[in-house]
Amino acid sequence: MEETEAEVAPALIAVHPHRSSVAVAVGYDLRVFDLLAGVGVTLVNDSSSSSSSSSSFHKDSIRAIRFSANGNLFVSAGDDKTLKIWSSISWRCIFTLSSEKRISAVAISNDESCVCFADKFGVVWVVDITGFDANQPLLDKKPTPLLSHYCSIITSLEFSPDDRFILSADRDFKIRVTNFPKKPLDGAHEIQSFCLGHTEFVSSLAFFQAQEYQHHLLSGSGDSTVRLWDVSSGALLDTCDVANKAGLLESNGNGKSEEHGHAVTDLCTTLDGLLVAVAIQGLQGIALLSCNVSAQTLTLAKVVSIEGEAFVPTCLGYAASARELWIVTGVSSLPGCSHPSFARVRVISGIDIEQEAVVLGDDKMPGGEKLLETLQGTASVDENAFLAAAEAVKTAMCNLLIKKQYTSESRESRKKTRNDRKLKQ
Amino acid sequence: MPETGVKSTFSKSTGLPRKRFYRARAHSNPLSDSHFPVPISPSHVDYSIHFPQIFPDSSKKIQFADVGCGFGGLLISLATLFPETLMVGMELRDKVSEYVKERILSLRVANPGQYQNASVVRTNSMKYIPNYFEKGQLSKMFFLFPDPHFKEKNHRRRVISPFLLDEYAYVLGVGGIIYTITDVEELGDWMKSCLENHPLFEALTEKELEADPVVKLLSSATEEGQKVARNEGQTFQAVYRRIVPTEQTS
Repeated sequence: MEETEAEVAPALIAVHPHRSSVAVAVGYDLRVFDLLAGVGVTLVNDSSSSSSSSSSFHKDSIRAIRFSANGNLFVSAGDDKTLKIWSSISWRCIFTLSSEKRISAVAISNDESCVCFADKFGVVWVVDITGFDANQPLLDKKPTPLLSHYCSIITSLEFSPDDRFILSADRDFKIRVTNFPKKPLDGAHEIQSFCLGHTEFVSSLAFFQAQEYQHHLLSGSGDSTVRLWDVSSGALLDTCDVANKAGLLESNGNGKSEEHGHAVTDLCTTLDGLLVAVAIQGLQGIALLSCNVSAQTLTLAKVVSIEGEAFVPTCLGYAASARELWIVTGVSSLPGCSHPSFARVRVISGIDIEQEAVVLGDDKMPGGEKLLETLQGTASVDENAFLAAAEAVKTAMCNLLIKKQYTSESRESRKKTRNDRKLKQ
Repeated sequence: MPETGVKSTFSKSTGLPRKRFYRARAHSNPLSDSHFPVPISPSHVDYSIHFPQIFPDSSKKIQFADVGCGFGGLLISLATLFPETLMVGMELRDKVSEYVKERILSLRVANPGQYQNASVVRTNSMKYIPNYFEKGQLSKMFFLFPDPHFKEKNHRRRVISPFLLDEYAYVLGVGGIIYTITDVEELGDWMKSCLENHPLFEALTEKELEADPVVKLLSSATEEGQKVARNEGQTFQAVYRRIVPTEQTS
């Protein structure tokens, strides 16, 4: 039973930096919509892959997708131990790579010279893609180990905007800041700092794009906080207890305090970091934090609720040019339900300090019904799926990232059967 | 058993804890999830618990770490050799760390004023080194007779590995020294090659090794080392210094 729950993967979303396309990953399914042309994109596999007949490019749940900073590249990777690099212009797969372990996170350097990915054993690998040609499949590129967390699942991987550091966050509460070397194939040995302060797994990392703050970082965690860091020193500058501030703990009510009920699942900096969008379990909508980096403060600005459906986002994307926040909820599979997979996409527009954020109705969505059909798989969604999906995602996240807790009795009984306990009396 | 009462696990003649009551498995799985408390960050390490006579009136920091200290033989020798330096042993097996704790406490009682600078923590140093020490805080790290983990699939459990050396280089100050010794030739070669190939470490010269009083303790001070000496076994040591890497040319 537990096995199947652990296999559930949340739906992911990524918005092209120039808002030319949006990608959603649900399970092994990768869906892309071209916002400029207003049509769904047909992905083309590279010639080297033998199974060209199959419509799915990944064989198991996709765990990480992202566009490169310039928008030329797109990568997808996941439980099928495969990483695919796509040209986000032709949407042709230019490179497919096999990993020994399942892939949990990916990052692309801002100069588009390297793709890094992290596996379930805590090793970060680097592939040098310098001088790639969008029309030419890359050949003979082998990943090289770059750095390693000691056997901990890496949950998030980010380059600092100036490519000086590579950051890796793990389930053991740590964020490691490593100097990204000039020759990454020799490994990254110089650790700049560790950002320590979270008391649960770190789920997401986000940098500020503004030049003067590019060594400041935001992190979200299973301890339901978002924290602001200086990555050069590892200093914790401020902490915002989002679950508490957004009133999630009170609404739970009737004395039943749920442990790990409000993990931060994703965060996203908007308006160069003035506002930070936060997805947190149990919140039907998103929390917007206002961040003042120079004053080192992080405070809850408002909660944008999504009316009419129990929408708990699993992933966020930001379109800077349109000031839109793209949010998705969904799972690769719903246990005990007829739906093979479920995804729901919404857009919140008017992300601004002054303006009131508006959750767009389906008729107002950019791309309209065609977009919903492409990204969700269907234009209409079953309302019953929302809560089941949120619950499935929460359980899967707990199983994957939170240490198993045993009662003292069960630990005692385990100890009793250990033969090194027998004292000679 | 004729002895009863609270002090039965302590030797009557020396007042020290008796090892037979702290038997533990020779190995512990470093990969398993830990259930002991871990400090959130180095600033959360409570020095006054470890060094009650020195803290809170001091701003000193721990400078020596004996990783996998076992029964604490080296720590005890170092405590008197460097009386002004704070040092900590790190051990994963709880009963063994409990023994070292009792051993230090008894030594403090028996030798007033001494052994106040040594302490022990139960932790998995392969996972939690950065939770205990800041960047560049340590001046010496010791890895004496670590678990050899012969099987290739278990090499990732070795306490000296190319990736873990990155973390050790982080907590060691420039000029800090890493001491390793083993009686297993294969592991000795492994540790030496890991250190040799790492850009942040360089080997000490023969002269420096001879001048360093700590080097002699590596094989003589620990219980494991004494066992090897009794059996007239060979030991293989590798002692390296943390350096600033030569600027990459590219």
